[in-house]
Amino acid sequence: MRAHARLVARADGRGGTALVELHGETPLLLRQTPTDGGVATVHLVGGAAGPLAGDDLRLEIEVGPGAAVRVHSVAASIALPGRKGAVSRMAVRAVVHAGATLHWLPEQLVAAAGCAHLAESRIELAAGASLRWRDELICGRYGEAPGGAVVHTQVDYAGRPLLRQSLAVGPHAPGWAGPAVLGGALATGSLLVVDPSLPAGPAAVEGGVARLPLAGGPATLWTATAADAHTLRAHLTG
Amino acid sequence: MATPSLLLLLADGRFPAGAHAHSGGLEAAVAAGRVTDLASLEAFLAGRLATAGLVGAAFAAAAHRAAVAETADSANQARPGRRSDAPAETAARSGAPAGPAARSGALARLDAELDARTAAPALRAVSRRQGRALLRAGRTIWPDAPFADLPATPGGAHQPLVLGLLCAAAGLSRVETATIAAYGTLTGAASAGVRLLGLDPYQVQALLVGLADACDGTAADAARAADDPPERLPAAAAPLADIHAEIHATWEVRLFAS
Repeated sequence: MRAHARLVARADGRGGTALVELHGETPLLLRQTPTDGGVATVHLVGGAAGPLAGDDLRLEIEVGPGAAVRVHSVAASIALPGRKGAVSRMAVRAVVHAGATLHWLPEQLVAAAGCAHLAESRIELAAGASLRWRDELICGRYGEAPGGAVVHTQVDYAGRPLLRQSLAVGPHAPGWAGPAVLGGALATGSLLVVDPSLPAGPAAVEGGVARLPLAGGPATLWTATAADAHTLRAHLTG
Repeated sequence: MATPSLLLLLADGRFPAGAHAHSGGLEAAVAAGRVTDLASLEAFLAGRLATAGLVGAAFAAAAHRAAVAETADSANQARPGRRSDAPAETAARSGAPAGPAARSGALARLDAELDARTAAPALRAVSRRQGRALLRAGRTIWPDAPFADLPATPGGAHQPLVLGLLCAAAGLSRVETATIAAYGTLTGAASAGVRLLGLDPYQVQALLVGLADACDGTAADAARAADDPPERLPAAAAPLADIHAEIHATWEVRLFAS
């Protein structure tokens, strides 16, 4: 399946946010849900199982100056095998303008046995933009080893590279389960918080989560490994 | 033209750049109880090679590419007998812009891109500290190499950038440069493993022999990737490397600097 979805938000001039474009295609459907204090809230609604290998899903988000958008999803997405040799792909491209805020807080991505999935996010933040961006990966459904999954995140702030990270798990990622990468943890993820009004605190580690101030902008990355999805989420509520 | 001896010299752990003081994250992984024996050391090395090894090798190769584009340019200018369009041809062939300004711009971009791939402040600091140590050696050995074009970042340039310039000055190829970088990420942690866990050094060497093909493959991938735009260079992440590095940085007593 191929699907393209697009969300464009603008400040409405009365302290709120208007969604001037909101459209999707099965299995990538967008639904506006009640607004939360000037923040436009949108849920991604999976219109089919998957993604299945071979699916090519693309989502574009643009948040205009001063607007605020929060994106959730109604359920975890489960990357599943499909046609032999095919890869499923979920590409998100977001542009956040000055004074705008984007919260990307979807449910977890589960890499099922035999999957071949690429989750690719490219985010461009203008100087003065704010972001909360959460990526969570669960390696396999209960009791199974995951297929191949790559979660690639690329963020620029004010034209400078802020974050580039590509986490690969599965049979083609040497040592991914070993003590240099995940150490047997089945759940891992990160929460990137970019907030120009907030001084970044010092680096710290508590339990399985590290708070890492980044070099390229007013940003902190929370990165965690956990035994299960529930514990991971508790680490990444920031 | 590089001699095999120069390749060996730069890859040697005895090269005076302080490599022996670093465990590549192994000391913290051992303390966390995650590396306890040969098998877990092997898994550690494989994961480290595929993440930090690949990224470091790609950035060393990209810095080498930036340095060589300029070297070809100035070499041609130094020989008036050559056709005047030769530098442009060289630059076009390598796909990289030539000239000191272009080179320092390319190195500054690489430095910022590597920062964006190094989320843990402790790992950024370690990479810059190792870069400074390598630069001291490089400036003495190759005083004419263009180290002045490295970005004036507080703390110094990242280690892979310095390594790329050093290898270019030694006349090594791009893939040799990437090999030295990838190999260094393995051998440092492996010899730390012998010290930290009291492992049999023969068996640890056997592990390294077993990883040699993976190391060469990683170096080849890294050398190829160096032709991509900087934002598309490898960014392989390892959550535990970040977490371990920040824990390690808080210790008051430790055997290794990282």
